[in-house]
Amino acid sequence: MIRVENLWKSFGNQEVLRGVSFEVQAGEFVALIGSSGGGKSLLLKLLVGLLKPDRGRIWVAGKDVAALSRRELESLRSRIGFVFQGGALFDSMTVYNNVAFPLREKTSLGEKDIYRKVMRELELVGLRDAARKYPDQLSGGMLKRVALARTLVRDPEIVLFDEPTTGLDPVVSRAVLDLFGLVHQRLQLTGILVSHEIPRIFEIVQEVAMLHEGRIIAVEPPDRLCASPDPVVQEFVNGKSAGKNCHLEGVAGLI
Amino acid sequence: MFLGQTLLDTLTPPVQGERVLRQIWFIGWKSMLVIALTGTFTGMVVALQGFPTLRRVGSEALLGPMVSLSLIRELGPVLTALMVTGRAGSAIAAEIGIMRTTEQIDALELMGLNPLRYVVVPNVLASILALPVLTVVFDVIGILGGYLVGVRLLGLSGGTYFGEMSNYVELKDILGGIYKALAFGLLIGWVCCYKGYHSRFGAEGVSAATTQAVVNASVLILVCDYFVTTVVY
Repeated sequence: MIRVENLWKSFGNQEVLRGVSFEVQAGEFVALIGSSGGGKSLLLKLLVGLLKPDRGRIWVAGKDVAALSRRELESLRSRIGFVFQGGALFDSMTVYNNVAFPLREKTSLGEKDIYRKVMRELELVGLRDAARKYPDQLSGGMLKRVALARTLVRDPEIVLFDEPTTGLDPVVSRAVLDLFGLVHQRLQLTGILVSHEIPRIFEIVQEVAMLHEGRIIAVEPPDRLCASPDPVVQEFVNGKSAGKNCHLEGVAGLI
Repeated sequence: MFLGQTLLDTLTPPVQGERVLRQIWFIGWKSMLVIALTGTFTGMVVALQGFPTLRRVGSEALLGPMVSLSLIRELGPVLTALMVTGRAGSAIAAEIGIMRTTEQIDALELMGLNPLRYVVVPNVLASILALPVLTVVFDVIGILGGYLVGVRLLGLSGGTYFGEMSNYVELKDILGGIYKALAFGLLIGWVCCYKGYHSRFGAEGVSAATTQAVVNASVLILVCDYFVTTVVY
């Protein structure tokens, strides 16, 4: 469903992605992990054509993303859902109108059908009662759930989640991830989840891809990744340093 | 390129009618008070300054034409545009900048929608439509402000004030002012939307975009005023 081959992207002198290659099968839910600022969100934006790669190729649903015309890209994007880190809800609209917006703009559905569909999605994310509220009246967890409802209302085949639990407390974060897992199970979507919620995300994904220094260094099922002998993987997955932590030693000297 | 694409999207259907009306309300109606106040005091001060000057050359009867032509040809369109830039242009740049920072523009794009059509075109169109109306309001209220000072305060006859005005003001003067307002409307919409749309991330980025939008639009209004004056008059 998604195939990335030798992808390179840099900003000025800084090479962020240096030959990324991986594949996601249809119906598979893959977690993308790696250190902050390592290019995970960038990789998602490249997948949907918001940015262009310097080198390499990306196929999504059989289409070469970089070679698509504007209209073809719009058509491909209508099959992809994207849950942004901050939700990216339109703050001038109520929750209901936010979720209804893509249906009003991209389909010929009447208001009755739109109402039915929107309320079904809000029910799914447990926010039926918040339909008339504005984004600034919602908590962080509610915002993420509305963002998910707005994404799902278009019936996407692929959903990309860009750090959807950032800034949430552990309880809400767990609830949001459970919801993503449930949605994936029920709808059999193809998904990529960028998250730091380790090991929580290992319970809801089939594969984990680890991005390190601009390359994918491992793509494994969660249990095999946890057992990986690679010190970099171990360090990240278990939160343990493979060697001495020079930075902390320096800080300790200052205290 | 941004302006070209915006104009192309403006001219090709579907137009976001509801959004255009909402922005006309925001740019036009909500600027009415500030335009009325500015217009009143501009007309009053032109009369206050002009009357003694005209009296020196024995032409105080021409106060009406002086106030009206100053307002209609120059002060009305320019001051209206500058006030709208400060009040509405800055808000447009900030709003679009925040939409960029919070990824709302990316969200539109990923829904398969054209962000220019949804975010920029309604503002540009509303700005072009609102500016001439606001300019006319500014002119009319300014002329009445001049009347208050010239006739009520300084003792000129009301018949002379309006009579001489109708003798001197031509259709060309009024149309010239409207053309300027249309050009300034396009300029405000374009510059403020462009700066907001290309805002850098974070509060500092939005703040810089807003400042640049107001400064650039204000300077460009004065530059454009010179060239439109050269062409129209």
